[in-house]
Amino acid sequence: MKKIKYLFATLALTAAITSCSNEDENPLVLEENPLADYTMLTSLTANGHDIEVYSDQDGFTMGYNELFIRIKDGTTDSYIKDAEITLMPVMQMAEMMHSCPKSEIYKTENASVYKGFVIFQMPGNADEYWELNLEYTINGETFKAAERIEVKAPADDKRTVTSFMGSDDIRYIVAMTAFDPGVKVNDFSAMVFKMENMMSFPAVENYKIAIDPRMPGMGNHSSPNNVDLIYDATSKMYNGKLSLTMTGYWKINLQLMNEADQVVKGETVTDENESSSLFFEIEF
Amino acid sequence: MKIKIMGSPHCTMLAGPKQLSLLFGMLCCLSLATHGHAQERKVEVEQDSVLPIDLLEVIVISSHKKKLEHNAHTKPLSTLDEYLEASQKVNMIKRGAYAWEPVLNDMSSERLAITIDGMHILGACTDKMDPITSYVDVSNLSEAHVSSGQQGAEYGNTIGGAIDLKVEKSNFRPTDWVGSVEMGGESGNNAQIIGGELNYSNERFYFDTDVIYRKSENYTAGGGEEVLFSQFEKYNVSANAGYKFSDDQKLSASIIFDEAQDVGYPALAMDVSLARAFIGSVSWLQNDFLGRFTDWETKLYANTITHIMDDTQRPSVPIHMDMPGWSDTYGYFSQTKWKNERHQVLLKLDGYYNRSLAEMTMYPNDPNENEMFMLTWPDVRTFNSGFYAGDVIQLKGSSIKLATRLTVQNFNVADEFGLNSLRIFYPEMAQHQTRFLKSVSAQYQTNLKSWHFNGGLSYGDRAPSVSEGFGFYLFNSFDNHDYIGDPDLKNEKALEGNAKIAFKKADFSLGLEGNYFHMTDYIIGEIDPILSVMTIGADGVKIYKNLENADLYNVSFDGEYKILPALKWWGVVSYHRGTDQEGRNLPFISPFAYGSNVRYSHKTFTGTLAMRGAGQQVNFNPEFGEDKTDAYTVFSLTLGKQFSFGLDELYVKLGVENIFDAYYSTYSDWKNIPRMGRNFFATVSYAIN
Repeated sequence: MKKIKYLFATLALTAAITSCSNEDENPLVLEENPLADYTMLTSLTANGHDIEVYSDQDGFTMGYNELFIRIKDGTTDSYIKDAEITLMPVMQMAEMMHSCPKSEIYKTENASVYKGFVIFQMPGNADEYWELNLEYTINGETFKAAERIEVKAPADDKRTVTSFMGSDDIRYIVAMTAFDPGVKVNDFSAMVFKMENMMSFPAVENYKIAIDPRMPGMGNHSSPNNVDLIYDATSKMYNGKLSLTMTGYWKINLQLMNEADQVVKGETVTDENESSSLFFEIEF
Repeated sequence: MKIKIMGSPHCTMLAGPKQLSLLFGMLCCLSLATHGHAQERKVEVEQDSVLPIDLLEVIVISSHKKKLEHNAHTKPLSTLDEYLEASQKVNMIKRGAYAWEPVLNDMSSERLAITIDGMHILGACTDKMDPITSYVDVSNLSEAHVSSGQQGAEYGNTIGGAIDLKVEKSNFRPTDWVGSVEMGGESGNNAQIIGGELNYSNERFYFDTDVIYRKSENYTAGGGEEVLFSQFEKYNVSANAGYKFSDDQKLSASIIFDEAQDVGYPALAMDVSLARAFIGSVSWLQNDFLGRFTDWETKLYANTITHIMDDTQRPSVPIHMDMPGWSDTYGYFSQTKWKNERHQVLLKLDGYYNRSLAEMTMYPNDPNENEMFMLTWPDVRTFNSGFYAGDVIQLKGSSIKLATRLTVQNFNVADEFGLNSLRIFYPEMAQHQTRFLKSVSAQYQTNLKSWHFNGGLSYGDRAPSVSEGFGFYLFNSFDNHDYIGDPDLKNEKALEGNAKIAFKKADFSLGLEGNYFHMTDYIIGEIDPILSVMTIGADGVKIYKNLENADLYNVSFDGEYKILPALKWWGVVSYHRGTDQEGRNLPFISPFAYGSNVRYSHKTFTGTLAMRGAGQQVNFNPEFGEDKTDAYTVFSLTLGKQFSFGLDELYVKLGVENIFDAYYSTYSDWKNIPRMGRNFFATVSYAIN
């Protein structure tokens, strides 16, 4: 469908612009629809702006969400470039409120498209919900917008984020990044945050995440040639390799280790201990 | 040596339990007891007057030379596997009652070149549950040529030897219409066999058709124990046709369709719901070729195999799974001969392209979980292209045969999913690889009065099989390990020496025969303790490796004595040994074995009392799942009588195998599944002239 739209747009544009435009580059088309392949999850209308939030997912989901944001000027119908945006998701609970790990929002190659991620450590429900707060500055003028959003538990109910108290009495959140598993050696990444307070979740650097993928349905079969996740300062993620020998349900047992190589959370999988208390789940 | 096992007749009736009693009633013979299944085939040994240069054994399955060709065999309409097993050189690995795997010189599938009329066919089962001999039946075949070691290089790259199954053809004999119906049965497994053929042949044209259907239930071991999941059902249809364009030019075509269903494998955790093969070929034959080259034969062939393993019939399995496999092969060969007073040259070009794909889907016990899927053979495309040249040179009172084969073999892992799977183990693995294979051999034979000597030296190598190179978690229930292939395996090489010395007089003959294989880079699975098992309940994971070297030798001594003109005694003893560089025993090496029979043949009556056995398997290797298989001796008796009604002929054969109902298994019985207990059988053949 999207491809068809894209094609149609290309054709329409080519027809409309009778000049000798270079079709290979299609710069105009990209200008028109840079997020055509993504889903718009929500649109906030405030301050005469439409703030559109896109993702390659169908909705806000518990775990890692990569988000793309555009701000449309309601009067000119054009997208605003070079804005400064900060996101502050807040979970509104009965007794308290808290935020979640998130990245800075930065500009992409396309100056009117901004990108970042949010890691929801829990879904919303009937009484407790997430609110997406945005603060953005355009030409020195700062605006605010807020919208209640629906964050769902993953459709397959598989765990991709976990929040726990480490043996060092620090509360951590560990999350997988977006992952498209295959029967192969996969590049595999995760992020670690600590909860400084209800509203601040700074990234944890230079720890290590040991991984041990298992198939509980296959007598806890494991795979060879996995590489533990090591912190990479450039991507600010923990990167490693995850081998999956077949499709199906995999439990990725984890051990989080601090800079002194002490285990903060998780146990080694053995014949007696089939699973670590810290794990992700994958099913494909 | 020519071993006549049996001929499938124009008309054979092998009766089932019910049909048998009826027939026997009619023939005023015998009430049939029940039970048993035949183990032992008796083998009639006919010495050729001239010892052939190849250490070749020909197993006659059916012959057009006689009206009733099978009367030399103890049990007509037995399976091809039983025919092969009756030969002196071939053993069979059994995983059940069906689809036994041929073993020659203590080597099986991947070390042998097994062909049907020169056609390469590769099984589609990752667990070797479908050796290609299971895709043909006795109704299709006339004989099986067994050549030991590099003597088999004419048929392909081999280490242990070659078995070429020759398709039965009317071949322009002026027989006109010939038809037959065959029926049979056995009590030990309630086997029912129905077959028939209808052939038309004249000097210009022939068209042969045949069909055979077999259905067996579980068989009964010695002592009365039922062997569960040993049933099978199969049918096979084939057609051959030939047309002579001139006296010199012949076109022939052949198609075989074979399908087995509901095949139980009592020694394995899985059965086969379907094993199906289409095997087709077209040949062009002309006597004159270029210059002094003659007998130019070119064949194009194609075959496709589907093999579906499943475990849905098994009452308790840790996890249900389906394991279908497919193997398609397209190939050709073109050969010609050149002859003068001293030389007999055979030149052959051949090639085949094979595609092997197998997958496994496991169904989790938790129905909400996704199916687990893997490619166990990652769509491996093998392209094999070879050249063979052999020359038999006549010397004074002796002859020498020189032969060579050169082959280029390419592998291509065509499936991205499968390639990525293997790259979990071998990150740098290339998608394509090319190997060069070679074989050279020299065989000398001479006759000195009553003495015959035959000896040879050869060298050959082979590429890894698809499983050895590219298998992905293939479970071997024998040693209870998962196996992973290694694409970087080196070719396995063998230096082989063989010798045979025979002494022959009118009344008796003696022969001593032996061969020795010194193999380097012998391919075998070795435990990798790091790896985690995939199959639930497996003990570990093995990776195919090259052993530094391995030594195999086989020695046999046989004798024959004509006690009376009508009474002949024959006996053979054999010894086999296989070890690696550390003296470790190799798996599936026969213990000391022996066989003997006394055969009476007078006019239209024949009778054979036979014995076969083996010593305790002293040299076993528990690493490969072997244990000390006990010694055994089993006896069998057959009686045959021929009657004439005008031009028609009736032949009756009765027999009992494993007379004393011994409970036993042999070194080659997968996980020691017992063989059949006492088995009575009877055959009635009717040939309409």
